[in-house]
Amino acid sequence: MTIKEIQAEIINEVKGFDNWMDKNSYLIKLGKEAPSISPEHKTEKNIIRGCQVTTWFYSELKDGKVFYEIDSMSMMIKGIISLLIRILSGQKPEDIKTADLYFIDKIDLSEDFSPLRANSLFKLVNQMKSEAAFYEAEMKKGK
Amino acid sequence: MSTFDVKKIRKDFPILNQKVHGQPLVYFDNGATTQKPKVVIDTICELYSEHNSNVHRGVHYLSEELTKMYEMAREKIKDYLNAQHSHEIIFTAGTTASINSLAYSFGEEYIKKDDEIIVSEMEHHSNIVPWQIIADRKGAKLRIIPMNDKGELLIDEYKKLINSKTKIVAIVHTSNSLGTINPVKEMVAMAHKKNIPVLIDGTQAIQHGKIDVQDIDCDFYAFSGHKIYGPNGIGVLYGKEDWLKKLPPYQGGGDMIDRVTFEKTTYADLPFKFEAGTPNYIGAIGLGVALDYLNSIGLENIQEYEKKLLDYATTKLTAIDGLKLYGTADNKICIFSFLLDNIHAYDVGMSLDRMGVAVRIGHHCTHPLWDHYKIDGSVRASLVFYNTIEEIDILCESVKKIQKMFGV
Repeated sequence: MTIKEIQAEIINEVKGFDNWMDKNSYLIKLGKEAPSISPEHKTEKNIIRGCQVTTWFYSELKDGKVFYEIDSMSMMIKGIISLLIRILSGQKPEDIKTADLYFIDKIDLSEDFSPLRANSLFKLVNQMKSEAAFYEAEMKKGK
Repeated sequence: MSTFDVKKIRKDFPILNQKVHGQPLVYFDNGATTQKPKVVIDTICELYSEHNSNVHRGVHYLSEELTKMYEMAREKIKDYLNAQHSHEIIFTAGTTASINSLAYSFGEEYIKKDDEIIVSEMEHHSNIVPWQIIADRKGAKLRIIPMNDKGELLIDEYKKLINSKTKIVAIVHTSNSLGTINPVKEMVAMAHKKNIPVLIDGTQAIQHGKIDVQDIDCDFYAFSGHKIYGPNGIGVLYGKEDWLKKLPPYQGGGDMIDRVTFEKTTYADLPFKFEAGTPNYIGAIGLGVALDYLNSIGLENIQEYEKKLLDYATTKLTAIDGLKLYGTADNKICIFSFLLDNIHAYDVGMSLDRMGVAVRIGHHCTHPLWDHYKIDGSVRASLVFYNTIEEIDILCESVKKIQKMFGV
């Protein structure tokens, strides 16, 4: 599925929630179900600096696609992370780099979780995109 | 207590009458900063609108008028603390500035290699790091008063730490993370037996009841205006006259000099020796007005009412299954640090915010304190006299909703 298609799917899932608590419960459920980062990647080096909650980030390039492992001590953040991974993990670097993640506004993530906007969410999205840009550059060099 | 009417008092604080996320605001982040009564807000507006002029400078009407108001604010603080002299009140930018300037001035003059500075395990970083900086510079070291799991300092251990190498004791009056009120008078007396001066960080104590620096007999006392319903960017360093006379200034500049030549500068008398540059006179006058306001309500009334809030909240919070309270000292203020089941403090804080309850989450600038409990921090609800029993009920109900939402 494309980045756009997955976002459409998520927006459809969330649109039924008409209050904050239902949406929050959904994110917590996602956070609880999401896989933890593998122990070898849960290292000091992989902690995202400047986040209020300890969050680990790892990515790798496999067969021309970027795969992410991200984990957080906060279930609410982990729930949001699981959505980002669902959309971006396994996509091509150039698609990630230029992705318009409009689902964040569509499902009011930045409104409902405004402190995240400054502290974690956009930092995280930026890191996912900049890693993708790095892999894209590496792939070009390889050619 | 008959004169204390919380509904009436809340009307004095315009910010409290609002909704956040569609819910009535429950402001339980008073440890971070307190809200301002209208009289303080109006004073700041009036000062800029009608009186603004630099202090101690002009011969003109406005400057003289404002200088009088500024010095009157110093008098009010002297009275509030029951200091002996108004020149023992030094205006600073806040507690952090007060402690940094003292650590520098005192350290430069009195701390040498291998000397020791005593602080406690429950200090705010602002009463650790300035001393660490001077200790590193001089080759001295910090000695730490440990605490028990209730969050009470071990006074016997403190006694053992005091020795001939101790140059100063710097302790917090009331813990910002746990609410513990430390027995500072007793601790000062112990240090004084060996002629060691004591600084007390009164940031979280000053707003909860009467402080008498002569009774405590501390050598220095520091606090911030914004924690006591006053403006931001103003603070106080109280110092006994003898000490302030002996200490060198921390900063040089205008207003703190007697005479400047390129060969030598002589300094102004107290308190101006420690107030280089244009002071925050608006903040100082605003702080004076905040103290007037508190006095008009009555510090004993405030103390009595806050004790009611403390007892009620302690009973209600400890009755919630899965809520662990940190800081259960016998003598404490209305600060409640807690964790909820295995839910991260961030998730609790974010969820409470959505329910209109403002709390702080994290380490609250006390890393070593949380190392004691082997956790990263807590959710902290800090209450003052404009908070209500009903708001405590909202907090407790919200906590239960969060537990439900997280499936615990």
